[in-house]
Amino acid sequence: MRKLSRPAAVTLAAATIISLGTACSPPEKKAEASGSKAATATSAADLGGLDALVAEAKKEGALNVIALPPDWANYGEIIKAFGDKYGIKVNSAQPDGSSQDEINAATQLKGQDSAPDVFDLGMSVATANTAMFAPYKVSTFDEIPADLKEANGAYVNDYGGYMSIGYDSAKVPAPTSVADLLKAEYKGKVALNGDPTQAGSAFGGVQMASIANGGTAEDITKGVDFFGQLKKAGNFLPVDPSPTTIESGQTPVVFDWDYLNAAQAKKTPTWKVFVPSNAVLGSYYTQAINSDAPHPAAARLWQEFLYSDEGQNLWLSGGARPVRADAMTKAGTIDAATAAALPKVEGTPVIPTEAQSTKAKEYLTANWAKAIG
Amino acid sequence: MASRPRLRGAALFGTAPFFAYVAIFLIIPTLVVVIGAFAGDEGGFTLSNVRALGDAYIVEAFGRSIALSAMSALIGAVLGAVLAYALVTARKDGLLRRVVTAAAGVLAQFGGVTLAFAFLATIGLSGFLTLWLSDHGIDLYGNGVWLFELPGLTLVYTYFQIPLMVIVFLPALDGIRPQWREAAESLGGTTWQYWTRVAGPLLAPAFLGSALLLFANAFSAYATAAALVSQGSPIVPLQIRGALTSEVVLGQANLGKAMALGMVIVVAVVMALYALLQKRTATWLG
Repeated sequence: MRKLSRPAAVTLAAATIISLGTACSPPEKKAEASGSKAATATSAADLGGLDALVAEAKKEGALNVIALPPDWANYGEIIKAFGDKYGIKVNSAQPDGSSQDEINAATQLKGQDSAPDVFDLGMSVATANTAMFAPYKVSTFDEIPADLKEANGAYVNDYGGYMSIGYDSAKVPAPTSVADLLKAEYKGKVALNGDPTQAGSAFGGVQMASIANGGTAEDITKGVDFFGQLKKAGNFLPVDPSPTTIESGQTPVVFDWDYLNAAQAKKTPTWKVFVPSNAVLGSYYTQAINSDAPHPAAARLWQEFLYSDEGQNLWLSGGARPVRADAMTKAGTIDAATAAALPKVEGTPVIPTEAQSTKAKEYLTANWAKAIG
Repeated sequence: MASRPRLRGAALFGTAPFFAYVAIFLIIPTLVVVIGAFAGDEGGFTLSNVRALGDAYIVEAFGRSIALSAMSALIGAVLGAVLAYALVTARKDGLLRRVVTAAAGVLAQFGGVTLAFAFLATIGLSGFLTLWLSDHGIDLYGNGVWLFELPGLTLVYTYFQIPLMVIVFLPALDGIRPQWREAAESLGGTTWQYWTRVAGPLLAPAFLGSALLLFANAFSAYATAAALVSQGSPIVPLQIRGALTSEVVLGQANLGKAMALGMVIVVAVVMALYALLQKRTATWLG
């Protein structure tokens, strides 16, 4: 038998390692570049009007959405309505994913036909990733307030809400202010929806508590201090709330966006939503199209649908406040009964800018664990 | 001087799967962590991630991680050693010993979501024991919800530390020969003297070595804490999770890798000490 010299054997072992390493990644499946025109269209007019866009999207026959929980802002119904209306199959991936998960998925699946076509993102993730978006102006683009859209339509705010306190009126007295939550009746009962250093909704909760205690959205020292006091009083509950914990009564008081608390009220009849008048913190989510969308026409049609009267009213039914609400109220196309049923908000809404939130986050990262540790 | 026998090609070829395994599951991930720790967001070399390890909140997380690991390792080591000693006094091939070591083997690996859920269902806020106690006027959580904080983590970690100690400490106890005790007694030594002068010094390196292994085991545990703690990320593995998945503070992936590098260094130091102690143990109790 021939002896293999040592260097040769080592080379062989290394080659095995390398070939195994490369065998781990799946072969890339190139998506059909259907309607290359659609991929660069910045409005329906570029394709010859809405009907042409619909025809193009039907040809593609599918749409990939990601991180859209069915009970979040009525997305379950929106997905169904879109699919029924155009006969397009909607594939919904990772319904419980975060905004960052959406971006990660687009990066990892780039060039494959399972990559997400469209995003629904928190503002900070959207502004950090504009290079990945295809600018597109929906036909109702002019009705969207200027400060709620990127001028070229790279990303556009879609629906929003106000930070609220949801509470189970069967278990706790109705709070009349944020400071009320420090009372003994709320011992071990007050939860934030997530960890504010990780989840946007919990971060909004700390910003809101800051404003309520005389701070601002930028300087959230007072908000972090408030949760520190809440913790000292034994009222802060370090449990991540979910529909299950709310129904079983484990989390009787939850800081969350009003549309999510309102959706909870449909499941738990005693669940009430309260927005403190001295701390109205608003926040919008953002739509964007993946510039590498495997179904570019369907992606654009999805945007047209979301920003049509029908799509906007569907969000409204989910308790969210659609971005065209003012224009639709003037035109009389808004679903007035549903709009009237939204949680009452008095006072001046504060919508933090990206710069303000960035300042707040720096302080939060350094001090949150200490405050509630 | 005899030349070393050369390995034959076929034999070397047989080691290829091992090298491949080690490369994929150990070397490549470690390299990714080390390279990432010194890389900026846009690529390029930077020390800023490693420098950020000096930030107060990260230093505190390391402090809490080390305290939690040390605490659960100490409790686990003491209780585990006592249990192991009780087992040694039983018949070596008896049913009791076989049952207990088998159970320890299973429980030492019982961690993560299942363990966290078992504790939540038992002494969580609406756990059956919590409710039963509150019916009898005892409030488990009168002073705050300690189960979701460090005391709770210490309790839950101890649950898998004790059986692990039994498994790693039993061989050392088996190495103690009855003749040594007889020799001590026939020379007029008391039980106290036997333990402090003979068995104690012999077992000390093995005990400390096992305790270090328990420390490393707790230090690197992630899933149990992730399933139990959702606020504040008190320990390093949870801080790393935050750095990688946060939708609030972006662009921290490489800071996460720097924290992982910090953990690698702590575990490497612990394992080096463990190897030293194992050497000392082996001379006597081999």
